[in-house]
Amino acid sequence: MSDGIAAHAPLHEHAHHPALQHQFNTMEQQQETVTLGMWLFLITEIMFFGGLFMAYLLYRVWYPEAWAEGSVELDVVLGGLNTVVLIGSSLTMALAVRSAQVGAPRATVGWLGITMALGATFLVVKGFEYAHKFQAHHVPGPDFVFEGPHARQVQIFLSLYFAMTGLHALHMVIGIGLLSVIAWMAHRRRFTPEWYSPVEMSGLYWHFVDIVWIFLFPLLYLVDRAHHFV
Amino acid sequence: MTTPLLPREHYLNVRYGIKSWLLTKDHKRIALLYLITVTGFFFLGGAFAVLIRLELATPAGDLLSSDTYNKMFTMHGVIMVFFFLIPSIPAILGNFLVPMMIGARDLAFPRINLLSWYIYILGGTFTLWAVIVGGVDTGWTFYTPYSTAASNTNVVATGLGVFITGFSSILTGLNFIVTIHRMRAPGLTWFRLPLFIWAHYATSLIQVLGTPVIAITVLLVALERTFHIGIFDPALGGDPVLFQHLFWFYSHPAVYIMILPAMGVVSEVVACFSRKNVFGYSFVAFSSLAIAVFGFLVWAHHMFVAGISVYAAMVFSFLSFAVAIPSAVKVFNWTATLYRGAIWWQAPLLFVFGFIGLFTIGGLTGLFLASLGLDVHVHDTYFVVAHFHYIMVGGAIMGYMAGLHFWWPKMFGRMYPEPWAKFAALVVFVGFNLTFLPQFILGYMGMPRRYHAYPEEFQVLNVMSSAGATILGVGYLIPMIYFIWSLRYGRAAGPNPWGATGLEWTTQSPPLTENFPVTPVVTEGAYEYSKREMRVV
Repeated sequence: MSDGIAAHAPLHEHAHHPALQHQFNTMEQQQETVTLGMWLFLITEIMFFGGLFMAYLLYRVWYPEAWAEGSVELDVVLGGLNTVVLIGSSLTMALAVRSAQVGAPRATVGWLGITMALGATFLVVKGFEYAHKFQAHHVPGPDFVFEGPHARQVQIFLSLYFAMTGLHALHMVIGIGLLSVIAWMAHRRRFTPEWYSPVEMSGLYWHFVDIVWIFLFPLLYLVDRAHHFV
Repeated sequence: MTTPLLPREHYLNVRYGIKSWLLTKDHKRIALLYLITVTGFFFLGGAFAVLIRLELATPAGDLLSSDTYNKMFTMHGVIMVFFFLIPSIPAILGNFLVPMMIGARDLAFPRINLLSWYIYILGGTFTLWAVIVGGVDTGWTFYTPYSTAASNTNVVATGLGVFITGFSSILTGLNFIVTIHRMRAPGLTWFRLPLFIWAHYATSLIQVLGTPVIAITVLLVALERTFHIGIFDPALGGDPVLFQHLFWFYSHPAVYIMILPAMGVVSEVVACFSRKNVFGYSFVAFSSLAIAVFGFLVWAHHMFVAGISVYAAMVFSFLSFAVAIPSAVKVFNWTATLYRGAIWWQAPLLFVFGFIGLFTIGGLTGLFLASLGLDVHVHDTYFVVAHFHYIMVGGAIMGYMAGLHFWWPKMFGRMYPEPWAKFAALVVFVGFNLTFLPQFILGYMGMPRRYHAYPEEFQVLNVMSSAGATILGVGYLIPMIYFIWSLRYGRAAGPNPWGATGLEWTTQSPPLTENFPVTPVVTEGAYEYSKREMRVV
């Protein structure tokens, strides 16, 4: 028998936690339900990005030379820096969840603040990278210019680069917005060790966005790098 | 027997005013919001169908120009698929019934449920706007490179409408899965769940896993069209067949989003009106999951003439045949349930009989189309059009009508007029077959789909089809009228007018906002009709 049923038992037994919604019987049931919902949502996100990864796979197999040419155009130093920044932000996010769990609201706000700052750093660096692409006319579309034998195919590579990193950046923006709400709630002492699921759920989301980047970085920046450095 | 009275307090009269509806978190009220808007889209999509059938009454393209005709069938398809069929049963009946059937007070996420309706409205607004400012002519399939390079209609606005609406479908599915996992009443084990719940669980899996893929695909089409980035454009090195793969990866399973909930309705109605336990309960339950899983592995059978490799085509052909197995399991088990049952001839059962017959025809012709050789012959002909209308109209809408009649007394506490409903079921059945049977013959004779003119020898069959469409339209208008009539004048239904099993029938009609005064405790399976006394109202 699933635990969902055990959690239903005795109805309206004692005083409600103020965060308990009317459709749930216990805080445990609510907590488990919210967590399951968040994981399911992240699965839909995987499928959402999955379409782009599918397109990436197809064209990488079709146009390996263009992929190598396009990839070298990307700034691996800034990309690498951003990778470090994001991994760092996942650490601070985990510390924020931990602080909420042990009932340390000031630390929660602090860690959330650092996480948001790291996220913003990532976006600023990304902005510089994009600006550089605009100046070099490497943005797909009518103004696209590329010297080389596979200009058209490189355009597809850069289209996917912008689509994938753009969508990822959009998720970062949403994440920072989400964290600012959570930080404000933490500041108002809304979370207790009994109820901090919004912090935990935002954490799951933040880690997911981080993991997407962990895939994007090698797939976009590190194609045939070794060969080109030799 | 005493005449039942309406309960004094229920979810409809607990609060009044526009705000109490637009800001409601009650799954039953949200279901009614969906009912109203989805019905609106149904009649709009139907209006486009009327124009299509009017044009095709004569061989010459005399009523609509070919450009206008292209827009008509496109908008008919877009609205019927994305704004009627996909939300119809899950968002209306599912929303209303999933919490009630599992003994819960609401869905797991009531606010997200309301949000999904607003997202649906926003997506619908985008699409309506695209319709008003000139329409779109790509076909509901948005095939590239036509949609990205050639068409000069409102592809981006329509695509955005579909993109946005997709998220409403995702949220509904997510809510159902979580609710079914976590909110069941004490004692309600998985194998005591009504088959309607199993069907909705399977449907939700498809919604959650498939819909994000169409979202990203439509987004790429919009990017390609706006910035010419080359992803789907062969002139720029892109691959239009990739679009077809991504599109059908969602849009084939989407057919099961439409048909699986209808199958759930059929299981409930068949058991109730034959007064028997569903034959082979666990097979019917697992066949829903099997359809959802197989449904994800057959998409390329839409692409047999698109230049995919012959080996891939053989695999997809074989897998498409495999879907027939769980589908047939359902049809045989419903038949076995009816066999030697105490059949009670009420309108929901008549619609279900329509479903079983028409779905069987639609399913078998689907096997013809999944055969590689035959598909080449009838690809893009009216044979295909007839096939999928047998599934979507003959199957999904028949199931929707059956469910609406079956649970109408629960939703509003009043009975619809039974003789009229029986008449409507007959009219729909006759009208449907007259519309779409001739199209099988037309397609087999070689009439292609999506043209506004055709050779004269096809006229007799086309006139039959148009006449049938008129009858079908009347068949849908009659229930519309008597349902509205019944809201005021219908006889009070009482908690359980059908003598049905199922938790939703143990509470008053219309139910309280929290559904049950006390959370029910479940001690037996969903269809213990053999333990009940037959009760005729």
